Amino acid sequence: MTTPKTATAASPTTATASTITFRAAAEPARPSMVRDTVLVFRRALRLSLRNPVWTVMGLAQPLLYLFFFGPLLTKLTNVPGFPPGNPWQIFVPAIMVMLGLFGAAFVGFGLVSEWRDGVIDRMRVTPMSRFALLAGRVLRDVVVLTSQAVLLVLAGLAMGLRAPVGGIVVGIALVAVMGATMSATSYAVALILKSEDALAPLLNGVLLPVMLLSGIMLPISRGFAPDWLYDVSRINPMSYVVEGARAAFLSNFDGHQFWVGLGVAAALAALGVGWATRTFTRQSS
Amino acid sequence: MTPSDAARGAAMIRTRGLAKTYRTRRRTVEAVRGVSFDVSAGEIVGFLGPNGAGKTTTLQMLTTLAEPTAGEATVAGHDLRADPVGVRRSIGYVAQGGSAGSDARVGEELEFQARFYGLPDDVARERTALLLGQLELGDLGSREVKTLSGGQRRRLDIALGLVHGPSLVFLDEPTTGLDPQSRSNMWGHIAGLRNDFGTTVFITTHYLEEADALCDRILVIDDGRIVAEGTPDALKSQVSGDLVSVTVAGDPRAAIVIAGRCAAGAPVEATDHTVSFRVPQGERVVVDLLRQLDAAGIELDGLAVQRPTLDDVFLTLTGRSLRDDSTPNHTKDEAA
Repeated sequence: MTTPKTATAASPTTATASTITFRAAAEPARPSMVRDTVLVFRRALRLSLRNPVWTVMGLAQPLLYLFFFGPLLTKLTNVPGFPPGNPWQIFVPAIMVMLGLFGAAFVGFGLVSEWRDGVIDRMRVTPMSRFALLAGRVLRDVVVLTSQAVLLVLAGLAMGLRAPVGGIVVGIALVAVMGATMSATSYAVALILKSEDALAPLLNGVLLPVMLLSGIMLPISRGFAPDWLYDVSRINPMSYVVEGARAAFLSNFDGHQFWVGLGVAAALAALGVGWATRTFTRQSS
Repeated sequence: MTPSDAARGAAMIRTRGLAKTYRTRRRTVEAVRGVSFDVSAGEIVGFLGPNGAGKTTTLQMLTTLAEPTAGEATVAGHDLRADPVGVRRSIGYVAQGGSAGSDARVGEELEFQARFYGLPDDVARERTALLLGQLELGDLGSREVKTLSGGQRRRLDIALGLVHGPSLVFLDEPTTGLDPQSRSNMWGHIAGLRNDFGTTVFITTHYLEEADALCDRILVIDDGRIVAEGTPDALKSQVSGDLVSVTVAGDPRAAIVIAGRCAAGAPVEATDHTVSFRVPQGERVVVDLLRQLDAAGIELDGLAVQRPTLDDVFLTLTGRSLRDDSTPNHTKDEAA
């Protein structure tokens, strides 16, 4: 071992491999929330694209429901209380909401892993906007979710879905808003819990009743569902989002269902992203 | 650079009464109890203490990861509370447990890190290539981080903390878990930071030899308080003399009497067959000691003269060894 404390006069061009020399950093760009968000998004998306198998696997559950549960609904169209329209116009948007619900809600596991690797603290010590640390990741999740939703619609078309293109696009946008809510909330919960063991039962415990009471599998409408179940489902905000997505696929923008669904989705997004931003912005770790 | 040179530099870190208390429903943990110190530009300062002493918490406060509950600090000229972004822009931080994403590729992770600090793409690429070469990671740019060895991964962590060319670098236990050769190489890299580029280095460690070899100055922290501060030599001089110890083959009583004569009044300790005492410049005493033991016909099994170590300093200051883990309960809580 040499004596590290001894100063040397080595210049950057003459330094040995055992020393670190580099010229001074160029003048850095001024901090920008948009620029920072794009940077975090690019890094996160690159990691996702490197393992596309997980994105495809995320589609497995909704596709299985589409192929093996959807056909059952075609026999229920004449049951009193079943919503009007092509049964696939009822089922595909609901399955998209399920994709947004479960696909985006579990992204927190990735954050726990990054926190354990020290990535989160490393980023928090950079001058980047702390909102960007959240927003870039949420944006990546929304892009992945939207791609999955498009594939799901294509599979639905193969199964017999017929719906106006405008309605489908609006429906996907609605699901993307909800996905952003779930993603941001999942990241915030993950940052607080910092444990996969705690995150898994919490998510399952919350998501399962939310899914069952949102009428994703079968519409929980008056006349079709028991009155008490209908009343309970009204407490669940996700049921309004599901109805809104269905209304979009039916191009039914005159009634209240789409607008209520959009309003609820927007309100949830404001709450979820707002809370997550506060959690990410807090200085103390 | 000598400490006196460093003292002439501008203050890079200045803390006054910096404290951090964690409160949970069950208990209150005073992790750092009001530390005050200065670090000058160009210094390598070691922050030495056992596990749970408050080293990492202090570092987290100085790097804006944890908010102080009391006190004030300026880091690289920026007030910790009023201008945390200014602090972040000026410092590099290498965390204890690593900082690179397992699934990321080495080169990409470095380039992104440079861009996080606002460097343009071409400069980020240039600096990435430079650091990969200089930290002996040149061929690993396209490898996934999870495939690196412990030493390679640690060097990548260092590179991530340096890629933007900070004037002040915080290294939290940078050599923990490395084999001796990798540790020695890392010391060379850390020394090169200051020697070649004038970077101020604030390093936490519980390796005594690391602090001794690298640091101009050492701050010793125990139980959340700074208990000593000075150059390694100055700290060691606080311990009164070298430790002379002889191990005798038989009854040690005669050896204790002879040791007492050579110790010139210093207390003599005996454990089984080993008799020891501390005197200044032990090598001068040992000749006379040997002569007297030989004259008395005492057969020796061993003889040693040990210079004071930083562990002796810590033992003298706190009554505990840095090498044991007998940390107080509340600091163990914090470490957990």
